[in-house]
Amino acid sequence: MMSSTASSLADATSSDAALRRFLHGLPGVDQVGAEQRAAGLSTRSIKTTAKEFAIDLAIRMVDLTTLEGQDTPGKVRALSAKAMRPDPADPGCPQVAAVCVYPDLVQVAKQVLGDSGVKVASVATAFPSGRAAMSVKLADVRTAVDAGADEVDMVIDRGAFLSGRYLEVFEEIVAVKQESGPAHLKVIFETGELQTYDNVRRASWLAMLAGADFIKTSTGKVQPAATMPVTLVMLEAVRDFREATGQMVGVKPAGGIRSSKEAIRYLVMVNEVAGPDWLDPDWFRFGASSLLNDLLMQRTKAKTGRYSGPDYFTLD
Amino acid sequence: MADNVFDYAPAPESRAIVDIKSSYGLFIGGEFVDGHGKSFKTVNPATEEVLADVAEADGADVDAAVKAARRAYTRVWSRMSGAERGKYLFRIARILQERSRELAVLESIDNGKPIRESRDVDVPTAAAHFFYYAGWADKLGYAGYGDNPQPLGVAGQVIPWNFPLLMLSWKIAPALACGNTVVLKPAETTPLTALLFAEICQQADLPPGVVNILTGAGDTGRALVGHPDVDKVAFTGSTEVGRAIARAVAGSDKKVTLELGGKAANIVFDDAPVDQAVEGIVNGIFFNQGHVCCAGSRLLVQESVADEVLHRLKRRMATLRVGDPLDKNTDIGAINSAEQLAKIRELSQIGEAEGAGRWSPACELPDHGYWFPPTLFTGVSQAHRIAREEIFGPVLSVITFRTPAEAVEKANNTPYGLSAGIWTDKGSRILWMASRLRAGVVWSNTFNRFDPASPFGGYKESGYGREGGRHGLEGYLR
Repeated sequence: MMSSTASSLADATSSDAALRRFLHGLPGVDQVGAEQRAAGLSTRSIKTTAKEFAIDLAIRMVDLTTLEGQDTPGKVRALSAKAMRPDPADPGCPQVAAVCVYPDLVQVAKQVLGDSGVKVASVATAFPSGRAAMSVKLADVRTAVDAGADEVDMVIDRGAFLSGRYLEVFEEIVAVKQESGPAHLKVIFETGELQTYDNVRRASWLAMLAGADFIKTSTGKVQPAATMPVTLVMLEAVRDFREATGQMVGVKPAGGIRSSKEAIRYLVMVNEVAGPDWLDPDWFRFGASSLLNDLLMQRTKAKTGRYSGPDYFTLD
Repeated sequence: MADNVFDYAPAPESRAIVDIKSSYGLFIGGEFVDGHGKSFKTVNPATEEVLADVAEADGADVDAAVKAARRAYTRVWSRMSGAERGKYLFRIARILQERSRELAVLESIDNGKPIRESRDVDVPTAAAHFFYYAGWADKLGYAGYGDNPQPLGVAGQVIPWNFPLLMLSWKIAPALACGNTVVLKPAETTPLTALLFAEICQQADLPPGVVNILTGAGDTGRALVGHPDVDKVAFTGSTEVGRAIARAVAGSDKKVTLELGGKAANIVFDDAPVDQAVEGIVNGIFFNQGHVCCAGSRLLVQESVADEVLHRLKRRMATLRVGDPLDKNTDIGAINSAEQLAKIRELSQIGEAEGAGRWSPACELPDHGYWFPPTLFTGVSQAHRIAREEIFGPVLSVITFRTPAEAVEKANNTPYGLSAGIWTDKGSRILWMASRLRAGVVWSNTFNRFDPASPFGGYKESGYGREGGRHGLEGYLR
């Protein structure tokens, strides 16, 4: 089990063999138990004031995302406008955390968002598959950062991870981190391809050791994307990493979270597993697009006591 | 980060769905009748509010109930085909599901357990038991007890207060499926769901006398198990009362099953999936306030990881929410009675006096009602009373071991033998341990999981006979 000190963590990445020993020495995850715990947390009943708090917090945590081949400057401008003023009818509605786009559209988003406080996140490293030469991946990162991205969402090389070449994955993250400069680095595992919870825990530690600022479940292009148990395992990992090193790392489930109810379940899990320190957009994000409108609808319901139709919320 | 406090607002389940009468009689021969004896009060343990006056059945009432059961047995139930009996049981199971919210709220009010447990565990598992045994009713010839097994007659059943409706279903469903009729006595602190079940029997048009419910305390129970026309005695409760019952029926033709106490070991190895093991420890001892005969009340943890596991366990215990049983976010409810609370306090004080280290997370307990915080004791040895005696409360004794052989030795070193848990990533060790543990149920990498298809019962002073599964039919057939 874990009794890691900072120095033994440094040793862990000294060679491929050492890294493998470390990652395979992490405590296992029992699938049935992890799923049972996630299901148990899902039964929490969040009502009235707690619900209002959670909805506003969830809005502030949204990385409003568009990652389509059909994305255009027009689409990104509209999305960015929505990010700053999610509910035009209510100036009191908080803005979202970030807009997440492909590297070539970072500049467009940046122009609209300016110094609004809404960050621009860009996927990079041959998103979503990560199947490209290292030089191409780094050039991808540079494009995003040069265009003004505040955050870089990279994908790991799942092929290398699954074939056990952990040090290669580690070094790639280190290189991307370096290339990202001041931009915050989110590391996407594509947990739907890693498949086992043991792999999710190993990938989490690997990424944290390599300097990830955030660990992120999915690209949204592979099913299943974010799930409660996967996020549970990642929240346990960031909690344990802070105990071992004193450093906090953020968590971002992405893909498939569409309703306020689900988002609130995630926040309950953050609260009870990682702890209240993570209940902040600096440490927890939702990668989503349609989620925002459901949060807005629930927010309006809480404020007015009435549900409005979907046409009262903007589609961008 | 003051604005980051995620305070869960109260989320109370409405009581409006239950209709508690001011007084209750006995259910004999398909009708509610006044008892001949005195009455007693049942209270809400979370508030000490008196809920209802309940009749205390005396010897004459017991006799009337057994006669009604005998009549129903000879004239109707034993003559009915298995398929027909099954129809009634399926109907009861469906009504239990239809009225599940009402049953769950009533159970939480009368027992003190969190609504989350009565709603998600007690009531659905009770319904599942009726569904399961309903399916056996017309297949008894294939159960492995002969081509044409016969019912025993009238079963006298006495159940405890920790899972009132669930224990009722464990007793009544197999008895009825096999063609027996029953007289059941619920515990004196938790009679209300059994009385609601009596109404459900009426709703299901169950022939009068097939199920009779007698409320009362020890005297009523003694009269029932000692009644000469009772063919079968089934009891779940303390080992002390179980012994008295075994003595009372000795020499008679009565068939007996006893489900008694436990002091289960939950064994955590150094290669355990640690986060899930911590959940299993919490679930093992704090589920239902520790009022569970198979509770994992002794944590046996490998010494090399004891500090780490304890650290994680304490952190997890600090997130447990103790309070109003009807709040949907409550994890730990009220202790069932003042008497039980006194017993838990006494044994905990003995634990401290014997030198064990006592720890509870900071938690505010309500002013009224019976409450005890989740508690663990470290530095416990096999010689401590808290390691040997069943506390039946949210109190965990932590004991360390060095090797698998020592774990087995310590786990078995108890007069009880109801359940055990093993936490390790190594499949071969699970099998090695399971074949050596003298416990009726061995869970691996989980704890307190119940399924009607799985037999449940004890070794040694934890009792004899099995309930649940095909094995559970044996106690009601000849």
